[in-house]
Amino acid sequence: MPRKILRLLALAPLAILLSGCKLVVMSPSGDVALQQRDLIVASTLLMLMIIVPVMALTVFFAWRYRQSNTKATYDPDWHHSTRLEVVIWAAPLAIVIVLGAMTWVSTHLLDPYRPLDRIDASRTVPEGTQPLVVEVVALDWKWLFIYPEQGIATVNELAAPVDRPITFHITSSSVMNSLSIPALAGQIYAMPGMQTKLHAVINHAGVYDGLSANYSGAGFSDMRFKFHGVSEAEFEQWVEQARASGNTLGRPEYTELERPTAREAVRRYATVAPDLFHAILNRCVDSTKMCADEMMRVDARGSMGHAGTYNVAVREGRDNGERGRGPAQTYVLAICTTSDPYGIRQTAAAQPTQQVN
Amino acid sequence: MTLDPEQTSFLFGRLTLGALPLHEPILVATFAAVALGGLAVVAALTYYKLWGYLWREWITTVDHKRIGIMYIILALVMLLRGFSDAIMMRLQQAIAFNGSEGYLPPHHYDQIFTAHGVIMIFFVAMPLVTGLMNLVVPLQIGARDVSFPFLNNFSFWMTTGGAVLVMMSLFVGEFAQTGWLAYAPLSGSQFSPGVGVDYYIWALQVAGVGTLLSGVNLLATIVKMRAPGMTLMKMPVFTWTALCTNALIVASFPVLTGVLALLTLDRYVGTNFFTNELGGNPMMYVNLIWIWGHPEVYILILPAFGVFSEVVATFCRKRLFGYTSMVYATVVITILSYIVWLHHFFTMGSGASVNAFFGITTMIISIPTGAKIFNWLFTMYRGRIRFEVPMLWTIGFMLTFVVGGMTGVMLAVPPADFQFHNTLFLIAHFHNVIIGGVVFGMFAGIVYWFPKAFGFKLDPFWGKMSFWFWLVGFWVAFMPLYILGLMGVTRRLSRFEDPSLQIWFVIAAFGAVLIAFGILFFIVQLVVSFMRREQLRDLTGDPWDGRTLEWSTSSPPPAYNFAFTPVVYDHDAWWDMKKRGHERPLQGFHPIHMPKGTGAGAILSALCVAFGFAMIWHIWWLAAATFALTIIATIVHTFNYNRDFYIPAAEVAQTEGGRTRQLAGE
Repeated sequence: MPRKILRLLALAPLAILLSGCKLVVMSPSGDVALQQRDLIVASTLLMLMIIVPVMALTVFFAWRYRQSNTKATYDPDWHHSTRLEVVIWAAPLAIVIVLGAMTWVSTHLLDPYRPLDRIDASRTVPEGTQPLVVEVVALDWKWLFIYPEQGIATVNELAAPVDRPITFHITSSSVMNSLSIPALAGQIYAMPGMQTKLHAVINHAGVYDGLSANYSGAGFSDMRFKFHGVSEAEFEQWVEQARASGNTLGRPEYTELERPTAREAVRRYATVAPDLFHAILNRCVDSTKMCADEMMRVDARGSMGHAGTYNVAVREGRDNGERGRGPAQTYVLAICTTSDPYGIRQTAAAQPTQQVN
Repeated sequence: MTLDPEQTSFLFGRLTLGALPLHEPILVATFAAVALGGLAVVAALTYYKLWGYLWREWITTVDHKRIGIMYIILALVMLLRGFSDAIMMRLQQAIAFNGSEGYLPPHHYDQIFTAHGVIMIFFVAMPLVTGLMNLVVPLQIGARDVSFPFLNNFSFWMTTGGAVLVMMSLFVGEFAQTGWLAYAPLSGSQFSPGVGVDYYIWALQVAGVGTLLSGVNLLATIVKMRAPGMTLMKMPVFTWTALCTNALIVASFPVLTGVLALLTLDRYVGTNFFTNELGGNPMMYVNLIWIWGHPEVYILILPAFGVFSEVVATFCRKRLFGYTSMVYATVVITILSYIVWLHHFFTMGSGASVNAFFGITTMIISIPTGAKIFNWLFTMYRGRIRFEVPMLWTIGFMLTFVVGGMTGVMLAVPPADFQFHNTLFLIAHFHNVIIGGVVFGMFAGIVYWFPKAFGFKLDPFWGKMSFWFWLVGFWVAFMPLYILGLMGVTRRLSRFEDPSLQIWFVIAAFGAVLIAFGILFFIVQLVVSFMRREQLRDLTGDPWDGRTLEWSTSSPPPAYNFAFTPVVYDHDAWWDMKKRGHERPLQGFHPIHMPKGTGAGAILSALCVAFGFAMIWHIWWLAAATFALTIIATIVHTFNYNRDFYIPAAEVAQTEGGRTRQLAGE
């Protein structure tokens, strides 16, 4: 009896500790994360059906068949039992079949690229709902959020109205990152020159942690932001707050923002250059560079051939601070046309930088 | 440490005095300690006049037993370095709260977690596995050595060469700050222009050559050199796992060589395989590195499974349950390990069908793994279990590894992985299976086969102390990490803002201290056992009443292993021989053909290390010179016809006679 009490007492500190910590993965606030949580719980229970008996049998057999226990049967040449083998292979197989079916279905339903069809367990997405579009850029070492509908942008602060589906379009400026908001919908990689998507919805108002879940360099530990789930009215207020900041996020401002810095304070922008995300995604914010989608279209038509080798320039490598400067980079120049003689999408304020005859 | 790309000279490339970390007190102190220790070793070797012995008996040896022992020594030395990295990380993460930066700036911390992973996988786990296979497999199949003894020596020195390059990066320059797999584009020249990633590349390329050749060697050995009567289905299970492991090595390491070569081209020549511009695709790097990476972890675990099969059968005094099923499970695991690699990056956005396919294949692999666990369990059933130290490690494995396997299946569900990927939950999972599986298995194997290698057992008291501190320490160090993962904490962070996390990191640090004691007691075990070796002496060659052929030889075996190649009739060949009342032949000995040692392996490896160093620091004249010298030395070595000798029959008779007297108790 005393031993049982001792054992319970030994577990008590663990219970106290666990009650104090917020297991956000186990108690998320977004519907996608909630479904992910349910999967985790289900797979754990299925696995425990095998693990618990195995661990118990291990301890039991080790104790019962110890050398000093001469009462236990000793059968040194018993090494085969077809029935037992069938059970040994079939039981895990059965569990894997169940888990596999769950995996196939849930992976398709919870595909980050798949638009949401439900707000939560009891409500589907109403007909004609427009999701809130947020364009995300992982920078070194901060997050840029562009709201194309509202025409605003923020650094290191994200907000969205409760119960409205959100569609994230995600890219990175330099190296692989991962947009992760555990309370909302898990994560997906942010990769330079590529766009990933994440569909999510926040069901409860609150302030949630956001981070990068893929190591990206010296300032990685500071790539944190807060995600605010708010009411529609509060969201409009938040948008107005950004508009009131008066800051502009054009190509020159973005180029400045792209430089490696850490521990950036929250910043808000009232206006955003309309094609900025497209330029970031296609790596042509510097308007002298040919955009990657243009390059792919040219290559799909057989490329420019020998003439293409004249259309390149060199610029200095990236400054990585303590880690040194990268080597000089060759890049393809933007092609100018009669309607756009200075190269594609140059801002009106900037000087013409390159003329190709 | 800033690297000025302009500052290159012909003589020294980009190596300057600024590469010495004189401003980093931790490194200066480490260097002082290493230098003093190194000097002490050199002084001792000189005082006891052991240089000749060292060269003749160890550096130039082609004896698989000696090479196996050297692999394990390398691994244990590198374990100290890799574990120091771990303790430093645990300490940093336990204190970097409430505005405190900790004591490690990101520049240093990021090298530490990269080095920790690289060292533990490539220079601790791989050498342990390769060492045990080298030591044991030829003995288990009744062979005198591996198929290519010189290649074996060369492989060992190449692995050591890679370790030398990694250790050099501590004192000259810096190591990579990219994580142990060095994902592009972060590892490209644009974002990591320094020498760190170059150290990483060349260390792995040099060591990779060694591993690949070792894989070829052991594969050929097992296929071609088994004793007569030992069909594949009569091989010991450890040999079966070695066969599958080496098949994995041969089929996967070329991928690592290839992807690192492409990264090298990107960094040195300016190609665009994995860059952001001009058609490069970093996702290709991720795919290729994990097509190698997943078979790699099965290379680590399969030999551990083999060790457990041998240990369980021996210490339960019972034939292994389900031999055929064990063999099929091993082969199925080997094949399946090639079709699961994408589970390492479900979050890269490959689409639902692709993700689901790889998730399901990952789960399927757990079926043969589970079958093996059940087979060990039912070997214990109705056995007579002796709790010697190897058996303790095995039971510790059975209770620990299954939890890691469970969390692995949880991670294999892609939507769940979207929460778990790169969190501390993942870190806890793979340490769970690597420590609970590979490390425990290697310690079991070391303690089990130590008497065979050295002629005396390891002290059981310190062995048990080491075991208990490792077991408890592992659970205390890594269970908090599962909880932290569920709290949404990601990996590779050097500082934190949320104070509620700190208690878990403190507990984990305490667990790491317990493991430190486990390692300390293991070293104490070695020292005490050496001092007490006469009391622990193994006179029969069969201290555990074993079942497989290695226990039929003396401890340690003679250089030629077997005076007469044994003939095999059944599984557990030695057990069968004992049952039949086998008697050692005492006359009719023949001269035995043996390979001669050579210094070529060590010399070639030293040249390769010099080549790597030259490439890292862009000292092109040295790179060209060492490359040329390596080719020349290789060609010169092919003209060395003095490669073998015969042990005269009289000497064999004398050795065998000595054993007869030892067995009679003189």
